[in-house]
Amino acid sequence: MSTLNILYAGFGGQGILFSGKFLAYEGLIAGKHVSWLPSYGPEMRGGTANCSVIISDDEVGSPIVDKPDVLVVMNLPSLDKYEDAVVPGGKIFVDSTLIERKVNRTDVSVFYIPATGIAAEKKIPTLANMIITGKMLKEIGISLDNIDTVLGKIVSARHQDLLEVNKDAIKTGYDLEA
Amino acid sequence: MGEKVLMKGNEAIAEAAIKAGCRHYFGYPITPQTEVAAYMSKRMPKIGGVFLQAESEIAAINMVIGVAATGKRVMTSSSSPGISLKQEGISYLAGCDLPALVVNVERGGPGLGGIQPSQSDYWQATKAGGHGDYHNIVLAPASVQEMAALTIKGFELADKYGMVAMILADGTMGQMMEPVEIDDIEIKTVDKPWALTGTGMKREHNIVNSLYLKPDLLEIKNFERYEKYAVVERDEAMYEEYLMDDAEICIVAFGITSRVAKNAINEARAKGIKVGMIRPITLWPFPKKAFEARVDQCKAFISVEMNMGQMIDDVKLATSCKKPVYLCNRVGGMIPSPEEVLAKILEVGGAK
Repeated sequence: MSTLNILYAGFGGQGILFSGKFLAYEGLIAGKHVSWLPSYGPEMRGGTANCSVIISDDEVGSPIVDKPDVLVVMNLPSLDKYEDAVVPGGKIFVDSTLIERKVNRTDVSVFYIPATGIAAEKKIPTLANMIITGKMLKEIGISLDNIDTVLGKIVSARHQDLLEVNKDAIKTGYDLEA
Repeated sequence: MGEKVLMKGNEAIAEAAIKAGCRHYFGYPITPQTEVAAYMSKRMPKIGGVFLQAESEIAAINMVIGVAATGKRVMTSSSSPGISLKQEGISYLAGCDLPALVVNVERGGPGLGGIQPSQSDYWQATKAGGHGDYHNIVLAPASVQEMAALTIKGFELADKYGMVAMILADGTMGQMMEPVEIDDIEIKTVDKPWALTGTGMKREHNIVNSLYLKPDLLEIKNFERYEKYAVVERDEAMYEEYLMDDAEICIVAFGITSRVAKNAINEARAKGIKVGMIRPITLWPFPKKAFEARVDQCKAFISVEMNMGQMIDDVKLATSCKKPVYLCNRVGGMIPSPEEVLAKILEVGGAK
């Protein structure tokens, strides 16, 4: 039995929930059991937003990820809050443009990705979330084979023009050197 | 077979209601159920249905009474404080023996409470939240697929018995996304000769009413209604068992807490503890037979709830208090963790 518990966390407006949805659809297309659970309410409006994504070979029990195998953080409060919750041997992906400090844990793999900086350089400032997601896909071993299908499902019909830039952002992250 | 799509629980309820033939939705926004109304506002105009944001929850439930009297499938949805406002109308629906679907995506209370998930409206839902002797059929989904399936089932049971069916969910079930498949669910309908559809000068007037000023007549009405309830209790209780064959400790949980409990049960099993779960799917009728069948093999029951201990009363009744029933709970919008449930299992298991 294999289950991957992923926790995305950052500010509201960074696309945390969207990235999680992308990941959940990746799992669904791959024939896995998946769940996606967002934080909701006032915390989404400028406060911290997070979402739990579970991809599993078996039926998903609790949809709440409180011990992530994979943590993606896009602001300092989220790293402070969730760093200790990651399981030993887990992976932490840090947006190093926005988070200056290093991860204290020594029993996890840490990836520092200046996602917000890269997004600004590439003039796609709203897609730092997808750059960091691209890097994560690479490191957890999910290929880009299905991204057209997945993006087609989550990018709304009237925003199909955003499909290509999302794809570029994911590829940019995926191709980043360690 | 249709394609599985990811949907929020709230959206799955709305889409399933449309699939069930519901073309009338009346509601008022409230977190964490607003996606039901939002979805209906988008879809209903496109399929010739009615979405109406009423001026209040009380107005919405009274609109539901009106449409229900015409025999059309109709629903409203809200979250805890809004459901309290609807109780008068729900009592009237019961008094008129009208079918309707009411969805409660619970949040913490009492009062305005909070907006995080809760199960603290169990008593209100299962013991008649309004005035008078009556019951609602109460359905407790534990997945997004069940949010859809039990919505359709709710309409069918409501029609079959002339009762309010209530979906009792919580903020987690409403907000989470899971794969769901709605197109394959079969839809059943029944004739409603009692409905107010115009006589066409061809039949006697139908009357829908809950006012009976003669006490002897009102007594008969109540007796008749409880004969109907007895049939519902006998025939419609639903539950799911998980690893109960050799279980000595029985977890009882519904909705989101049953999902959390499943994780804890798997961990306890790995430690060699014989624990299983009865998950009521109908909270009224409460699946008493499941407990009668298992009470002798179990040494204890643990009711896992997001309230101060409400369903635990029904567990004690269903087990005739033959075995101890413990409570494992969090409240106010907090969700018990698998570790907390496991700790309770270990405590109960160790204490014999």
